Amino acid sequence: MSSAGMAISDTLVLARRNFLRIARAPDLLLAFTVQPIMFVLLFAYVFGGAIPTPGHTYIDFLIPGILVQTMAFGGFVTAMGIAEDLRKGLVDRFRSLPMSRGAVLAGRTLSDIATNGVSITVMLVVGVIIGFGFESPFLHVVAGILLLLLFGYAFSWVFAFIGLTSSSPEAAQSLGFILIFPLTFVSSAFVPPETMPGALQWFAEWNPFSVTVNAIRALFIGDPAGNSVWGAVAWSVGIAALFGFLAVTKYKRAVVR
Amino acid sequence: MPVECAIEAEGLVKAYGKVRALDGVDLSAPSGTVLGLLGPNGAGKTTAVRILTTLLPADGGTARVAGLDVAHEAPELRRRIGLAGQYAAVDENLTGSENLQMVGRLYHLPKGEPKARAAELLESFDLADAGGRLVRTYSGGMRRRLDLAAALVARPPVIFLDEPTTGLDPRSRIALWETIEGRVAEGTTVLLTTQYLDEADRLADRISVIDHGCVIAEGTSDELKDQVGGEALEVTLERADQVEAAIAALAGICAAPPERDGVVLRVPVARRQGTIAAAVQRLNDAGVGIDDIAMRRPTLDDVFLTLTGHVAEEDDGDGTGEGAR
Repeated sequence: MSSAGMAISDTLVLARRNFLRIARAPDLLLAFTVQPIMFVLLFAYVFGGAIPTPGHTYIDFLIPGILVQTMAFGGFVTAMGIAEDLRKGLVDRFRSLPMSRGAVLAGRTLSDIATNGVSITVMLVVGVIIGFGFESPFLHVVAGILLLLLFGYAFSWVFAFIGLTSSSPEAAQSLGFILIFPLTFVSSAFVPPETMPGALQWFAEWNPFSVTVNAIRALFIGDPAGNSVWGAVAWSVGIAALFGFLAVTKYKRAVVR
Repeated sequence: MPVECAIEAEGLVKAYGKVRALDGVDLSAPSGTVLGLLGPNGAGKTTAVRILTTLLPADGGTARVAGLDVAHEAPELRRRIGLAGQYAAVDENLTGSENLQMVGRLYHLPKGEPKARAAELLESFDLADAGGRLVRTYSGGMRRRLDLAAALVARPPVIFLDEPTTGLDPRSRIALWETIEGRVAEGTTVLLTTQYLDEADRLADRISVIDHGCVIAEGTSDELKDQVGGEALEVTLERADQVEAAIAALAGICAAPPERDGVVLRVPVARRQGTIAAAVQRLNDAGVGIDDIAMRRPTLDDVFLTLTGHVAEEDDGDGTGEGAR
């Protein structure tokens, strides 16, 4: 088998393993379905009335933001799964097999794309039910969904790195939360950044989350796009490349704990 | 072409900061034999296994497994080894059969082979009925058997077993030993690490005793026992006031001064044959009553104590193997 063929075959074997795991631990599925619904409803009805969003209803403003946030956190399963594999010695087994070096991580991040797809579907359905309306051509909507999946894929690699770096699945989860939660909040996801104090506002404008949220708003509800769509693609590709490299390097030296 | 030495390591060194986990370790195992790596927690056993299975680069020294260099021929080498660690590295959310099939696919066995091989191994590891169940419902012994089966999926000529029975109950241990013996009978070379002396005694053709990153003794179980002195006759007397008389009666067959512990006499002897009969004769002639009499060979425990100055640590008894982490 060629090495590329081997890498693809190994990645699919491991992606399948992750799907089976989700099918068999249905409580995990709650994280991809019920949790996003809960966030949509909480933000829409608890904060929504108090946050003025000029030019949009809060629900139209919120849905792109909360979709991006959900994508950013979609990879937490990868972090926990990898930390768990390390703890159980499975990473040792995989590393002793004549398999592709990147396949364990690639299999994880690949299966995240599917679960992120489930989350997007659920949230869009709930969003439409409570009043969200697309105001853009169909192709833009499709492009927006692809961008969301790309962004989620990039953060799966961030989580893969977190999973390899932390001492336990629990630590991986809280480390991921601590690193990514502030990034998603100091952004244009839930409130217009103009209301934030100066330094935060500056950060919020450069934050890849904001760039991506702005791109999704452009693609879904027809906001002026500016450079945000290509900016978001560039951020996602850059993050995936950087953390993909870091994670694979770390994996090659991973030790059981 | 059979390789004469399936495992061969020379001068392996691995340091973590200032701690030398391995400090010049030589190992060798001819094809089809079991090499036991015996030592307490932290002696360097797992580090040696990790280097030999390509998981960890050595800081110094060379090693060849199945004729291939661990540093330069790792991808090819990985096709010829199987590893079962102390962690029962199987996926809890897959069935036993799915676990083995996954490993078979990752060894890139030909199409159809992973499934057939999984069924075959489940059968021979007494897991056929459990093969369709999720591993999280398995007992500790079943997980270890599955883990060992996973190491054998590709029929590797060399397998590494890192403390395969740590934390298992006695019945599961014996069952696992029998399984390992079966593989060795089929010609597999095994490197086994253990902190259990009886395990090394039973399974290993040759034993390397390792402590603080160094091999401090090497040989067959019998050779190691000979290093700490030969056989001894152990006599339990009926009456404590006859101890002096017994020592005098046995003086002719003592190879060294006897040790005394209450009514028990431990008499080092030069040879085994005829010793008991001769001792009984002499004690009878002297009118000394015997409660019990037997030959005692030194155990590996004695070996370890003599070589290292401390006893081999047993697991701390919680039965989970956590102590090894």
